[in-house]
Amino acid sequence: MASRTIKSLLVLCLSLFTMAFSGNVFANEKAVQTEQGNPAAAHEPAAHEAEAFNVTETILDHIKDDHSWHLWGHTSLPLPVILYTPKGFEFFSSAKFLNEHHEEIMYKGNYDYKIIEGKIKIVDATEAVDLEASKGLWDFSITKNVASLFVSVFILLTVLLTAAGAYKKTGITTAPKGVQSFMEPIVLFVRDEVAIPNIGKKKFAKYMPFLLTIFFLVLVNNFLGLVPFFPGGANVSGNIAFTMTLAVCVFVVVNLSANKNYWEHIFWMPGMHWSMKLFLAPIELIGVFTKPISLMIRLFANITAGHILVLSLICLIFIFKTVYASAIAVPFAVFIGMIELLVAFLQAYIFTMLSAMYIGMATEEHHHEAHDHEGHKNVAHH
Amino acid sequence: MFLLEVNPLVLPDIGLVFWNTIAFLVLLIVLGKFAWKPMLKAIAERESGIEEALLRADKMKAEIAAMQNENETLLAKAREERAGMIKDAKETADKMVSEAKDKAKQEYDRIISDAQLAITQQKNAALTEVKNQVGTLVVEVAEKILRKELSNKAEQESYIKQIAEGVKLN
Repeated sequence: MASRTIKSLLVLCLSLFTMAFSGNVFANEKAVQTEQGNPAAAHEPAAHEAEAFNVTETILDHIKDDHSWHLWGHTSLPLPVILYTPKGFEFFSSAKFLNEHHEEIMYKGNYDYKIIEGKIKIVDATEAVDLEASKGLWDFSITKNVASLFVSVFILLTVLLTAAGAYKKTGITTAPKGVQSFMEPIVLFVRDEVAIPNIGKKKFAKYMPFLLTIFFLVLVNNFLGLVPFFPGGANVSGNIAFTMTLAVCVFVVVNLSANKNYWEHIFWMPGMHWSMKLFLAPIELIGVFTKPISLMIRLFANITAGHILVLSLICLIFIFKTVYASAIAVPFAVFIGMIELLVAFLQAYIFTMLSAMYIGMATEEHHHEAHDHEGHKNVAHH
Repeated sequence: MFLLEVNPLVLPDIGLVFWNTIAFLVLLIVLGKFAWKPMLKAIAERESGIEEALLRADKMKAEIAAMQNENETLLAKAREERAGMIKDAKETADKMVSEAKDKAKQEYDRIISDAQLAITQQKNAALTEVKNQVGTLVVEVAEKILRKELSNKAEQESYIKQIAEGVKLN
């Protein structure tokens, strides 16, 4: 009974959040469109109303990174901008890009900067992008995604260090309690279902910190991405830069821990005719790179797709321009939200499991293969 | 390249890559040292502890079973011993009783035979004495009679004659 009550409460809360979220989002969206999006349209309110709602732009705007963190209505949290240009580093607040009427303006630093389609560019006197100069601009700003990433790092450090501290305090004599009892099954899951089956009992321990860190980082960012308001709302794990960084880390770890057998199987497949070996080598070599690339694209696509799906459902209300559309849109959005919760966990699991599998492939000892190889040689000699 | 430029979604920002690398490395190092290591160590310790405890429990069980067996055998042995002891004691007692009986009988026999001997001796002695006394008495009586009878001469002579006739000369 109790669990059913909790479930219905959860559904209620989620739908309320979704509605509140969508309300804010589109209020803001309209404001953006009105005030900044189309300066020409600002003078013609009628024309502006007609093209005010662009679904693709709205959705992409919520999936993309941003230089300020939208809180509610017209309120946004300005974030620090860090730029590196041939003239050196520059630090300033992203609030400098907006005037008191929330209009996008130029900021005059070492160069003239302006946010064009969400990215900081160097502009000339006419506010047109100076492509040549912009090539020398390196943007290390604390964007919404970076800030959200820091939030997730803070959450992870707090929760996990607390959980680890509990072992020090109570030792191993008592059953796990509190945060510890929540974290331990996940850690055990990663160890028993991900690391040991894929890497093997002998070598898994070395890779446990790496796999656990990846799993928890992806998991927390997936979950934070599903929270529609302030500490969440950023689409970190659905950002290609985030998944690329993790995929590169996996690539580095896999190739650094690869043994002789692994490379032999890539460049000179044992037990094959030499022509086959020549044929297989480039394919296997491409495989070395496609593995992490598949990791990168899988996580990015899954999380982004989920966000797009939820946003599209909410957009139905604005497409049909009637509040009654929410009767269908909101339950569907809640349903997809539920699936997204599952996907959030599933993608963290799949990313970690595939990483573990690649590490397992790279560190596997091919004893039986070696024998086969010798057998073939012997046959060839006879 | 055209596609990449068209869709900003698949264009990684250097800033996020940079901060993400730092965040990941920080997490990896800090969590690796202060969270995963103690956690995994504690979990492994607990697991080995549980395993050990289970093994110990099994061992204890076996030990208890062995002890029970031992106890039973000891008890059986003790019972056997007790039975043996009782039997022995009974035998000893029986033996003692029979020995005592035998001894008593022997003594009895000895006493009886001694008594009989003594009685016989006494009887013999008494008989001897009686015989002696009777002899003396007879002699005395005979003397007295003889004295009386031989007081006259005629009688003396007839008697001597009588004896003399009795004596056979050969």
